[in-house]
Amino acid sequence: MQKKKFTFHVDLDMFNPASEKDKEYMVQMRPSSTFFKDGVKRLYKNKVAFVSFIVIVLITLSSIIIPFFWPYTYENQLGVQAGKAVDASYNNLKPFEYGATEQQLIEEGESVFPHVFGTDSAGRDYFIRVIYGTRVSLAVGFFASIIVLLIGTLVGSISGYFGGKVDLIIMRIVDIIYSLPDMLMVILLSTVLKMTLTPVIAGTALESVGANIISLFIVFALLYWVSMSRLIRGQILSLREQEYVLSAQATGAKGKWIITKHLIPNCISVVIISAALQIPSAIFTESYLSFLGLGVNAPMPSLGSLASEALNGLASYPYRLVIPAVVISLIVLSLNLFGDGLRDAFDPKLND
Amino acid sequence: MNSKTLLYVVKRVLLALFTVWVVITVTFFVMHAVPGGPFIGEKATTPAVQAAMEAKYGLDKPLLEQYGTYLKDIVTKFDFGPSLKQRGRMVIDIIADGMKTSMKLGLIAAGVATLIGVVLGAVAALRRNKVIDRVIMVITTAFVSMPSFIIGALLLALFSVQLRWLPANGSTGAGLVLPIITLALYPMAYITRLTRSSMLDVLGQDYIRTAKAKGVSGARIIFGHALKNSLIPVLTYLGPMLAYIVTGSLVVEQIFAVPGIGRQFVSSITNRDYPMIMGTTIILAALIVIMNLVTDILYKVVDPRITLE
Repeated sequence: MQKKKFTFHVDLDMFNPASEKDKEYMVQMRPSSTFFKDGVKRLYKNKVAFVSFIVIVLITLSSIIIPFFWPYTYENQLGVQAGKAVDASYNNLKPFEYGATEQQLIEEGESVFPHVFGTDSAGRDYFIRVIYGTRVSLAVGFFASIIVLLIGTLVGSISGYFGGKVDLIIMRIVDIIYSLPDMLMVILLSTVLKMTLTPVIAGTALESVGANIISLFIVFALLYWVSMSRLIRGQILSLREQEYVLSAQATGAKGKWIITKHLIPNCISVVIISAALQIPSAIFTESYLSFLGLGVNAPMPSLGSLASEALNGLASYPYRLVIPAVVISLIVLSLNLFGDGLRDAFDPKLND
Repeated sequence: MNSKTLLYVVKRVLLALFTVWVVITVTFFVMHAVPGGPFIGEKATTPAVQAAMEAKYGLDKPLLEQYGTYLKDIVTKFDFGPSLKQRGRMVIDIIADGMKTSMKLGLIAAGVATLIGVVLGAVAALRRNKVIDRVIMVITTAFVSMPSFIIGALLLALFSVQLRWLPANGSTGAGLVLPIITLALYPMAYITRLTRSSMLDVLGQDYIRTAKAKGVSGARIIFGHALKNSLIPVLTYLGPMLAYIVTGSLVVEQIFAVPGIGRQFVSSITNRDYPMIMGTTIILAALIVIMNLVTDILYKVVDPRITLE
């Protein structure tokens, strides 16, 4: 059919079924990517964040696995044996030195597992104490952030969802807690809780955890949720007003769909990122308190208490300070860098 | 200052006063929730002696009455009661004594941190992505990740114990060098990063381009236009910096044996000197709250673009 210009006749050629060749254009060249996949890809490309992630995984795994097969324990004083006088040759060993009885065994041709970092002033293997201290510090940081995450999300979403008077009251409380000097309150509360809790938990399963650690968690639960809840509330308030939510409502989406498909995915990355950045600050606080003697109970080590004990023998055994110092700086540094990487990868908007 | 600003200032002052009151109340009731009185565990106390002691310190009265007296004494006489362990001394005198050393330490550290931080930050921003910028950023990232007690202990190990350049006991003169460095490193690193990012922000603004276009010299652009505006975020950090220095001084004074308020506070915790713990917490907290208040108000006054709530 010849095309007649200036007519309104429909060009029927345009309505032919698509040929195989046409259809090739429509083939999906690669599977569509999700938000999560995109983020992981960006994170993977970020070398600094990737290396930090590997460092964190290595430190975490070794703090979990090594105590299982290491022949010494963090509380075992090697020079002390039942029914014998204390063997002082085990105290303050330098790295790869051996105590008197161990030396004897070696001379007899037996192999003795080396004290990689030597022993401390009470004759305890220092390597396993560092490993165990790392485990304690990491665990405290991790669980404290989970507590903060749970309480902050709960209060923040209640405040953002209900709005009005509830929101006003909650936000005033948040304002006041926020303006309290946190470290001083932490020190005050841990001092008091330590004295109050010790007789209460004596004899229960909680005793092995120690009053100090429990009071640390309580303090975190009381004080540190405020910034998280502010964040969540702000997120919910701003997301509720977004155009895509309006457009979803206009096209007839139900509340459940909007919450699961729009609000949660857009909120969750912010929540996870700030929880990840909460871990190093919790570790910071724990080691600070342990250093002041308000942290873990002896003989349980934490990186902070190890550093504080090392101050006494600083002239002769400086490595006892350097080792926990390096470990704690490495943990905090890589967690911070990884958290920054997470933020860049999953929430470019948040980047300041 | 217009009426809106004034309203904001009044609101912030009221919130600050309220916060200080909350601190006093929380501190008082939390300290009194500790089981057993302060004299439990004292050597050689018969019940009669203990009762006499409690009567002397007013501990036999109802809790609310004690609270009323405590609050009234603070507000009217600035009196925090007598110390329990340092017999015959008032808490406020001990705090004033410690404050002299701690103030000197803290103020010098804050000054050093701000000065060096601003200079380093400006240098890093002007040499963006050059070697010197990279070096500054790597070093500051490392310092931001090191707790103050780690920095302090490492400095002590290196300069006092190994090299023997500086005394380990920091009460005066050369002994104050290491505590000041320890306290200043973290805020310095933070201010460097803050100045760098805000400087980069300012250098991208239109008025800088205009200044360049009309032929203003590089140095004049930086000192006449860019630096002033890029210091506004640094100003907001003054409050948090003070809070950091106060908490940092607790461990730093411990490490270097500085006879300041931080050391007093820590030792009052270990020997359960209740009035000392309460007094120090309240005074340090009030200091931080007031400093945050001043920073907040300054921030709004200095930068008129900030919208007031």
